[in-house]
Amino acid sequence: MNTRASSPTPLRNETLFQLLAVLGLVVLPHATHLPPWLTALVFSLGAWRWVAARQGLRLPVTWLRVPLTLLTLSAVFAHYGTLLGRDSGAALLIAMLGLKLLEVRETRDVYVVAFLGYFLIIIHFLFTQSMLMVAYMLVIVTLLTTVLIDLNRGRPTPLPVNLRLAGSLVGYALPLTLVLFVLFPRINGPLWGMPNDAYSGMTGLSDEMAPGRISQLSLSDAVAFRASFDDTLPLPQQRYWRGPVFTVTDGEGWRSGRRRDTAAIQSPSYRYFGKPLHYSVIVEPHNRAWLFALDLPASVPPASQITGDFQLLANQPLRERRRYDMTSYPDYRTGPLSDEERQRNLQLPAAGNPRARALAASWRRDTNSPLEIVQTALRMYREQHFVYTLSPPLIREEFVDGFLFDTRKGFCEHYAGSFAFLMRAAGIPARVVTGYQGGELNEIGNYLIVRQRDAHAWTEVWQDGVGWSRVDPTAAVAPERIERGIAPGLQGEGTAVRFEWTRDQLFNQVWRGLRHGWDALNTRWNQWVLGFDMQHQTQLLSRLSLAGFSWQTVATALMTLTGTVLALLVLRRLDAERRGGDPVTRLYQHFCKKLARRGLHRTVNEGPDDFAQRVSRARPDLARQIRSISALYIALRYGGHDPRLQLTRLRREVRAFRP
Amino acid sequence: MTAPVPKPSLHHPAIDGAAPAERKAALDQVIAAACGIILGKERELRLALACLIARGHLLIEDLPGVGKTTLAHVLARALGLQFRRVQFTSDLLPADILGASIYDRDNGGFTFHPGPIFAQLVLADEINRATPKTQSALLEAMEEYQVTVEGRTYALPEPFFVLATQNPSHQIGTFALPESQLDRFLMRLELGYPDTQAERALLRGRDRRELIANMTAAMSPTTLIAIQQNLSTVHVSEALLDYIQAILHTSRLSPHYREGLSPRAGLGLVRAAQAWAILAGRGYVMPEDVQAVLPAVVRHRLQPAADFTDHSSDELFKPLAAVPIP
Repeated sequence: MNTRASSPTPLRNETLFQLLAVLGLVVLPHATHLPPWLTALVFSLGAWRWVAARQGLRLPVTWLRVPLTLLTLSAVFAHYGTLLGRDSGAALLIAMLGLKLLEVRETRDVYVVAFLGYFLIIIHFLFTQSMLMVAYMLVIVTLLTTVLIDLNRGRPTPLPVNLRLAGSLVGYALPLTLVLFVLFPRINGPLWGMPNDAYSGMTGLSDEMAPGRISQLSLSDAVAFRASFDDTLPLPQQRYWRGPVFTVTDGEGWRSGRRRDTAAIQSPSYRYFGKPLHYSVIVEPHNRAWLFALDLPASVPPASQITGDFQLLANQPLRERRRYDMTSYPDYRTGPLSDEERQRNLQLPAAGNPRARALAASWRRDTNSPLEIVQTALRMYREQHFVYTLSPPLIREEFVDGFLFDTRKGFCEHYAGSFAFLMRAAGIPARVVTGYQGGELNEIGNYLIVRQRDAHAWTEVWQDGVGWSRVDPTAAVAPERIERGIAPGLQGEGTAVRFEWTRDQLFNQVWRGLRHGWDALNTRWNQWVLGFDMQHQTQLLSRLSLAGFSWQTVATALMTLTGTVLALLVLRRLDAERRGGDPVTRLYQHFCKKLARRGLHRTVNEGPDDFAQRVSRARPDLARQIRSISALYIALRYGGHDPRLQLTRLRREVRAFRP
Repeated sequence: MTAPVPKPSLHHPAIDGAAPAERKAALDQVIAAACGIILGKERELRLALACLIARGHLLIEDLPGVGKTTLAHVLARALGLQFRRVQFTSDLLPADILGASIYDRDNGGFTFHPGPIFAQLVLADEINRATPKTQSALLEAMEEYQVTVEGRTYALPEPFFVLATQNPSHQIGTFALPESQLDRFLMRLELGYPDTQAERALLRGRDRRELIANMTAAMSPTTLIAIQQNLSTVHVSEALLDYIQAILHTSRLSPHYREGLSPRAGLGLVRAAQAWAILAGRGYVMPEDVQAVLPAVVRHRLQPAADFTDHSSDELFKPLAAVPIP
């Protein structure tokens, strides 16, 4: 390729040490997902190389390196069971990086290793795209560039000098990065596409409700989604975020029935009242299709649909953060039920839970009004010493009977499940809705954070003329749950749930402030950087009246623009070299340009003093300034004087010169 | 052509030391003294002095009677130099210039009798009338600063300055100096006719010979030698070398010239410009210095290409004068 490649350039130890240190920083964040033995291996290989350079030891010969490489590869394969995919691929690259260190001898090898380092930095974005990590990576990129600069210096150069150069290089790259970030055509998918193995271990609601499922979630502080409202926040008792809806029960658990993909909101029998709530939701990936919206959703985000029971379903499982805009009406009235729907929402197992059925039948005998039955049931929950707890006692069989008549200790799924059972047994169509309830207000960003521990289950009953309406039996037992939210991590074994602390303590407030500030910052990051997808790009471009261009056009325009800018920079550089790129000459040219604007042109072969005399005669008023500037220029350019001595003065005088 | 006068120094205390100013004062006295006799030829006088300071030799080419000989005389007197004149004729032999060993009856051996070249300022009048053999004897002495006669080497005095005159070569019965010999002269000057005013003063004035005889030296040879030795301390910046190289480059690429300027010409240009800077009392060379000496240093070294029909020397010189200052 060039002479450098053909003739080995010896490597300075300082460069090697810098390289090793920076590579250590490159690998460090990967340690969170690498098997510990691999991290240890890579770091010890680096240490080996370091010691070898320091002591002047020979590097291992080929017959040692080859088995070592094969051994490492097999170990990676054994650990992951594959060499494909994100995790094992990253591990493989890092292992190779460590092994490559053992044969870094020449400049060429440093290039290979350094570029592998850059690549590993990018790879890490497949694991996390947090703001802090981006900042860290930016630092690492600068440091790695510093190593490359040092590599290309003929002689040892102080680190700060190289750092400054690398910093300015990265700085120059930033505007271009921003332009490309905004304009580069997006494919319809996440910014960082990931293979399937990346989606294991995501938490969230499940597609069936069994006792204990939601209470597990209640221990999790993980964020489910964030919602920011355009104007007014919903009242705490309105904050029911609708998720999966279940209609089929076996007496204990609930699951969703046959999916009916009718667009419910388009049905003319649904009516909305009052002011709508407009908000946007950024939902964390949970590897399921549900999107969350306040009761009841009145719009459908793109690439998703709404089912007959008002579930929002994305077309693809959510494997990326997703942002969507929603409109909901807290006051609504749904229409009549079809026979088939009524059948489904009255379904009960053929037998079991006789006491519950008997109770429902007795209510049914007392009154015909569904409303009264609902209120009777809620009164029962409220008055018969039901306890709201995260760790309810285990009920082995006849779950509803056991809960209603024996233990009377349960979490929301117990209440929702048993209540729906009772309603159905009393002949009122009912279903279980799961989702989230509440959310913590972030005052700094003015949005609600909804966490996994806010997961909740409630019921909907159908009444003639009203349609589906929400009934939350948990609210009857523990109204604070609904009004205040649930406190994290405070639930002891068998004790009742304690609710959020009073918030008058100063420390708590400060801590909350910090936490909310950080969360708000991250939300912006997620919203504007990670969430900047094809759709948002299109929106932005249309706001810049650039819409309607195909990505090919945009790409061509970008390439043309970049090419033009580069060509201009090269031309300017060449021009500066031709005309003498030093600051003295540039200042003098600036001075000449100022005079040229007044019609006093310097011919190319006119000496500076000749020119000064000529223009002084033409403009006696400026003679003093012209002579001073010319004398400074001549002294600096031809007089062999140290430019630093008078350059500032020349600059000042040229700037002050107003012909 | 307008007569460029050496640039007055742009006085800047940080730029000019004391020594250049002193030198300038001494040299200005020499010029003033010479100008009192050779009227209206200050530029030529300064160039001749610059040539001397640069330890080069001078060729003056012009018609008879325009003051070539007077110039040499005046320079010698003003600088207090020992002066010899050799009239070149077609029968002049090398020994007539260099000197010869002649049998001495008194001590019974050969004694070397130095020729007229053993002087500080030698006027070689009408050099193109002599045969090439004689010419080359002179030119060799000019180059070597020494003379070898019959196996013995004799150093020439210091300073040593040859001022050769030549009638334009289209006159009959001359041996034009070949280009290789012309290259040995640092400068070639044409005196030309004096302007009306100067000629009027000349006609009205006293006899020039008388004036020359009454002249007193304005500078001692020792001072001149010191100035010559100081030449190399005159600063030549990289930017200026760029300019000189651009000139050389142009001369080599231009279709107007048969051949480009030699490295010796470039060297001469630097030295002459340094000398011009000394005359201006400056410690460094400016592009204007180069431009001032450029025609004198370069013109006799350039031959017009065959298809370049305009033979007037100003036209010939234009491409070099137009070289942009980097």
